[in-house]
Amino acid sequence: LLQPAVSVGNVGQLAIDLVISTLNMTKVGYFYTDCLVPMVGNNPYATAEENSMELSINAEVYSLPSKKLVVLQIRSPFIKNKYRPFCQALLSWVESSKCARVVLLSSSHAYQRDDEQLLGTPLRYLLTPDLEKAVGGLMQELNWKEMEKVAAYPGINDKEKVLHIPGGGITKRLFTESCSKGIQMAVLLKFCSEGDNIPDAFILVNYLNEWLQLIKNEVSDSNNSTDASSQWKIPSSWRLLFGNGLPPALF
Amino acid sequence: AFLSCFILDSVCWEVVGVVKLWNEWCRTTNATNVLPTDSFCLFYQLISDPTVLLCQCSCYVAEDQQFQWLEKVFGCMRKEGLQVTILSTCPVADYKTQESTLTLPSPFLKALKTKEFKEPVCCPLLEQPNIVRDLPAAVLSYCQVWQIPAVLYQCYTDVIKLDTITVEAFKPLLSSRVLKSLVKDVSESTKNLKKLLTTNETHNIYI
Repeated sequence: LLQPAVSVGNVGQLAIDLVISTLNMTKVGYFYTDCLVPMVGNNPYATAEENSMELSINAEVYSLPSKKLVVLQIRSPFIKNKYRPFCQALLSWVESSKCARVVLLSSSHAYQRDDEQLLGTPLRYLLTPDLEKAVGGLMQELNWKEMEKVAAYPGINDKEKVLHIPGGGITKRLFTESCSKGIQMAVLLKFCSEGDNIPDAFILVNYLNEWLQLIKNEVSDSNNSTDASSQWKIPSSWRLLFGNGLPPALF
Repeated sequence: AFLSCFILDSVCWEVVGVVKLWNEWCRTTNATNVLPTDSFCLFYQLISDPTVLLCQCSCYVAEDQQFQWLEKVFGCMRKEGLQVTILSTCPVADYKTQESTLTLPSPFLKALKTKEFKEPVCCPLLEQPNIVRDLPAAVLSYCQVWQIPAVLYQCYTDVIKLDTITVEAFKPLLSSRVLKSLVKDVSESTKNLKKLLTTNETHNIYI
């Protein structure tokens, strides 16, 4: 199960949009919940007139059987006090549907980084103990960086370290609950700020692709890179993210 | 306002229910004493055909109340043969389009429908990247998930207060299967509309 956290810059959600759109995933159901703000709209992944008229709601499930992949997309913010009920509902669904693993795409406030985190890659990962046994070695090979813990009482006592994901929404809660329930969960996150987060989404989805190989990395002839950015399909609903056209009378 | 003028009257319809709620947007401070003129949701039933219900929602239903509103209202209804029509308005400034909204001929109607809704709609569908929020979105989501045919007609308008042009933008709906049989005499309705406007000078109907 691949899903986003509603987090800073909505990077996880944008990345999930890219996955669903590129892999042409089929909608298989709804995650009907009172924990998210309601919203509806027509098919955000429409490619033509014919498929543009299907109604979409705020939380939907898509699948791609060939890759044994199920994706949950969340399109609206959480209603106050509903973080915990949502996490409980989600994890009980994960358990009852015998889902093998969960991958959570998320982000964290870039301004909260410490001096060391300012250098190097802005991407981090986390694995629950059960998943660590299975894929921990692979992460080492990929040269990925694990999310650092921070001091519980900064300035006072540096010994006690805790996990802190500012701006991550339900990320920390889902991760810690999965640890205690023995669920195999991986968190992939990027440090970012609010703004035009489309580049962040591409970076995050390429990071995911290094591991899951959802799309093939075509080696580009011009710069010999394995960057798969050009292979991700931007959904039609990403138009006009920053507002309408300007009135000519303004000039 | 459109429904009040063109569909509702005291002869054919009777009040059968009410939804009481309170949030910071409600104008009245007295939440226990509900009068027909108070800003809550009133349910009317067509006397000649009790299967037809009309809900006038003249207050804002907050995001953490919408789910309970749905459960309570739809919990009282039979789902077989149920069809839902929603009328709503919203500011044209919220409409996303390639051109500027200044040049758009507002007010205009856009529709969204659930998968089960097979009838023709009276106006173009709402294109991406536009979305709908609040109670209309909550109702439509419920209907989509539980496979109830439903249609939402959203009128984009640039006027904040009640005005005839925006109300009349809903006129294409009068030819739809659902409203055709319910509509009153149109000339009478237009007179009612003018009356409604003058009495509504101070009343703030939620748009």
